[in-house]
Amino acid sequence: MNYHWNWHVYLDQVSAGDERYLDWIISALGWTIAVSMSAWLIALTLGALIGTLRTAPNRWLVAIGNVWVEGFRNVPLLVQLFLWFFVVPEFLPAELSRWVKQDMPAKEFFTAAICLGLFTSARVAEQVRAGIQSLPRGQKMASLAMGFTLPQTYRYVLLPMAFRIVIPPLTSEFMNIIKNSSVAFAIGLMELTFISRQMIEESGQVFESLLAATLLYTICAFSANRVMTYIEKRTRVPGYIAGAK
Amino acid sequence: MSMIDIRNISKWYGQFQVLTDCSTQVKQGEVVVVCGPSGSGKSTLIKCVNGLEPFQKGDVVVNGISVADAKTDLPKLRARVGMVFQHFELFPHMSIIGNLTIAQTKVLGRGADEARERGIKLLDRVGLKAHASKFPGELSGGQQQRVAIARALAMDPICMLFDEPTSALDPEMINEVLDVMVELAKEGMTMMVVTHEMGFARKVAHRVIFMDAGQIVEDATKEAFFGQPRSERAQQFLSKILQH
Amino acid sequence: MLGQLDFSVIAPGLPFIWEGLLFSLKLTVVAMVGGIFLGTLLALARISGGPALAAFATAYVNTMRSIPLLMVILWFFFLIPLFTGAPMGAEKSALITFTAFEAAYYSEIMRAGIQSVSKGQVNAGYALGMTYWQSMKIVVLPQAFRNMLPVLLTQTIILFQDTSLVYAIGAKDLLKAAEITGKNYNRPIEMYLFVALVYFAICFGLSMLVKHLQKRIAIVR
Repeated sequence: MNYHWNWHVYLDQVSAGDERYLDWIISALGWTIAVSMSAWLIALTLGALIGTLRTAPNRWLVAIGNVWVEGFRNVPLLVQLFLWFFVVPEFLPAELSRWVKQDMPAKEFFTAAICLGLFTSARVAEQVRAGIQSLPRGQKMASLAMGFTLPQTYRYVLLPMAFRIVIPPLTSEFMNIIKNSSVAFAIGLMELTFISRQMIEESGQVFESLLAATLLYTICAFSANRVMTYIEKRTRVPGYIAGAK
Repeated sequence: MSMIDIRNISKWYGQFQVLTDCSTQVKQGEVVVVCGPSGSGKSTLIKCVNGLEPFQKGDVVVNGISVADAKTDLPKLRARVGMVFQHFELFPHMSIIGNLTIAQTKVLGRGADEARERGIKLLDRVGLKAHASKFPGELSGGQQQRVAIARALAMDPICMLFDEPTSALDPEMINEVLDVMVELAKEGMTMMVVTHEMGFARKVAHRVIFMDAGQIVEDATKEAFFGQPRSERAQQFLSKILQH
Repeated sequence: MLGQLDFSVIAPGLPFIWEGLLFSLKLTVVAMVGGIFLGTLLALARISGGPALAAFATAYVNTMRSIPLLMVILWFFFLIPLFTGAPMGAEKSALITFTAFEAAYYSEIMRAGIQSVSKGQVNAGYALGMTYWQSMKIVVLPQAFRNMLPVLLTQTIILFQDTSLVYAIGAKDLLKAAEITGKNYNRPIEMYLFVALVYFAICFGLSMLVKHLQKRIAIVR
């Protein structure tokens, strides 16, 4: 293997412009974090809502929830991204369509965040549903028996426990969202994967380019893991053993 | 006027009939024990009283309010009917005092201080004041069930429903719960109790209802029921349960 | 816009798209078979290998699982030629990458599967005079595989969807073929919709199959 190592490459100037590769990487990290966090917010909000709907005592709400989950779960993320980026704008009202295609600022960012958020919301919904359904049936009964309405029962009794139960699977979804944000390169968002490919092309330093992006992804995912573990510890219920009834 | 008036209710799960034309009344201040073999429908019947289990025929009228009537505000009715469950069903993520105050504040609209004061008073009454800030998972089964009774009482119920309150408990914890229930009965609380504890029935019940296969087979005064149950099924049941 | 859609381009494009689909399926099957085989070895290494072997297997699995698949695809695509000295086609690179990557995920499933078989079963095997490998092969692994079949298949559905990521190195899979067709006929919108539908039909169909299987296994147990 003859490979010319160059650990200074990060400080080298890019071919066009006066930036260094390091500046590229830092800004790419920013986009990766921004997309992941926005998508995570969307995924948590919609996922909790849809997951709850799927346990509702109403056939239509359950059906909507099922269609949502199956739809987003059975099409590859990259294909969904292309649908949002290329196809959806075509179906918008004429004015809006023109604006999205020509003038919309940070179009790649918003498309990626929405796409990734909805994709992950289906997976979060599935976890939330399972969490709610894993609670003993008597909990809902006891709450109703005390005079709580069904929405109150969800708000005060079912969801607080269900969320505690699903924190571990949600942790891996949070880490997944960071890893999955890499597909955004395909629509030209200048996040870590995009920049590492760009850097390979311009500098020829394959190893250093990939290493920087890989390490940063790993650090992000690890931080997400720490945050969720902290939340899990803070919300732990004394004397309650998950899975025991 | 009867506090609880069960009028000819029938219930089906799909094709399977779980309750057949059940009728009975519980008067103000009366303690009625419901017994019968497992699967006889007694738990289902008591859950029909506050509408936790829907039924297809008949009606239950609690304190003059119809449960079957679609216009009835069920949460409002349930808030006045205390219920205690087999598996306690305390809310595991709330402290003991939190369990006692949450419905007072969110359902009855009481102030936090008032709710807390009432909660502590009731905890004291069931002998668990010292455990107010613990969580349900840190208490024994008997303690949890006493908290559950206090939680129901905190709503100032007009009557109480007990659904096998001691059958999930270890034997040595049964009495601490029964003692609280006996106290309550002596104070004149209207109670409907699904239980196999015949000692409790002998001590405080006014009437005993025996159910089998979804039907009320016997509905008699305590004296008559333990003296000479008329139906053969009730006799068999009693001989099995009183053997020990 | 809906009125302007013209799906007639699909018919002439089908042979080319079919080739793409075949490559996607080939990639899925190769990575599944190879991944389950290597994954099982990794799982065994973690459960009953020596400390060094177990540590290596653990490190391998955790590393693969903590890196985005896209990055792994790029690593293999750019680094293998550095070692072999000759450029490798995108297709071949994809086959190697996916097998290596999926092995990590399958290994976690197989590990759970092996641990789901009671210790008593292994002891029963030993009591009959079997060696470690015999009791694994004859007693434990078949049960582990059976218990985990639904999960293995679910992972395979995810794998099939993930094959679309070979887009990054330009391998001609179902998605790429559809995209090229869309460009050639100047009908990209229709082709994206069509390819999404194809993916959905395959994945949804398979997931229904898994659900059915899960129910049957639950009954047999």
